[in-house]
Amino acid sequence: MAKIFIYPSTSLILSDMVARYGHTPLSSAVAIRERIQTAGFESAPLQITPEEPKKGLKWAAVEVPSGVRGRMALYGPMIEECEAAIIINHADLSFGCMGCARTNELITFLVRQKDVPRLDLTYPKNEDEGLKFVAAIKRFLTGLGGKQ
Amino acid sequence: MNEYTPILVGTVTKYVVVESFDITPADLAVHAYEISQGVMIKETCFGLIINGKEDEVDRIIAELRKIDPDHIFIKDRGFPPGDSRRCRANLGGARPGYHGMEYEMTVIPYVSHGLKELKNRDENTIPAPENPREDKTLDIYKLKKMIEALES
Repeated sequence: MAKIFIYPSTSLILSDMVARYGHTPLSSAVAIRERIQTAGFESAPLQITPEEPKKGLKWAAVEVPSGVRGRMALYGPMIEECEAAIIINHADLSFGCMGCARTNELITFLVRQKDVPRLDLTYPKNEDEGLKFVAAIKRFLTGLGGKQ
Repeated sequence: MNEYTPILVGTVTKYVVVESFDITPADLAVHAYEISQGVMIKETCFGLIINGKEDEVDRIIAELRKIDPDHIFIKDRGFPPGDSRRCRANLGGARPGYHGMEYEMTVIPYVSHGLKELKNRDENTIPAPENPREDKTLDIYKLKKMIEALES
């Protein structure tokens, strides 16, 4: 069972497919859950405290906006931990303000820098593409030693 | 700053999203209640949110998946069900994160089709999808066809 980083990290489809074929998806929900279930100072809504941008310095320089560094405190450890990655390119839902957009660029950059098996895809637009999409993911994940 | 005391520590929360012509979230909820022991189940418009100990949640989800494996999708959630920081009832408007799920719901029928087809076919016989990282250049024959179509 390998730990697979998924991008977009909130993707329902990728999270399900990775678990379905016997691996562990590394999604943003897991990182948020850790913070939600840890006692400390109240910092609603996501329990992202002023400590997170400091932790984010490991992946982004000090002149990078704190929004990016704070987000990297969530995603950075998952990128380091992952053994493979599935990236959906040009995802409509993966946009946002400067913090989100730049973090997304940095995440995909770091994943591509890392020497792990990687699958690049786009969302399917019809049934034929849907079949190719699922087959590509199944081939990739079974190649890593998942369920048949 | 106020002190923060977390609730439901050591539990996991998972979404069960159903996109099926045969099964409704209400059907799933009834089935989940029948087999559950000590978990919290919330029925929503798109499926269920289940919170509890990881082993128990995974057991229930494995059973629910069997009902319609190609049309039931599972995802982790950070917050417990009904958390006031995320719940629509407290915030007004859609829950943060719902829009992403709403977009993927438009794609899920194609994925369901793929899952269904793969039951009868070998994935190695299916061609790979286009690589989005490759630079696409306009094929000369396609260009010629476009010029001819405009000129005719």
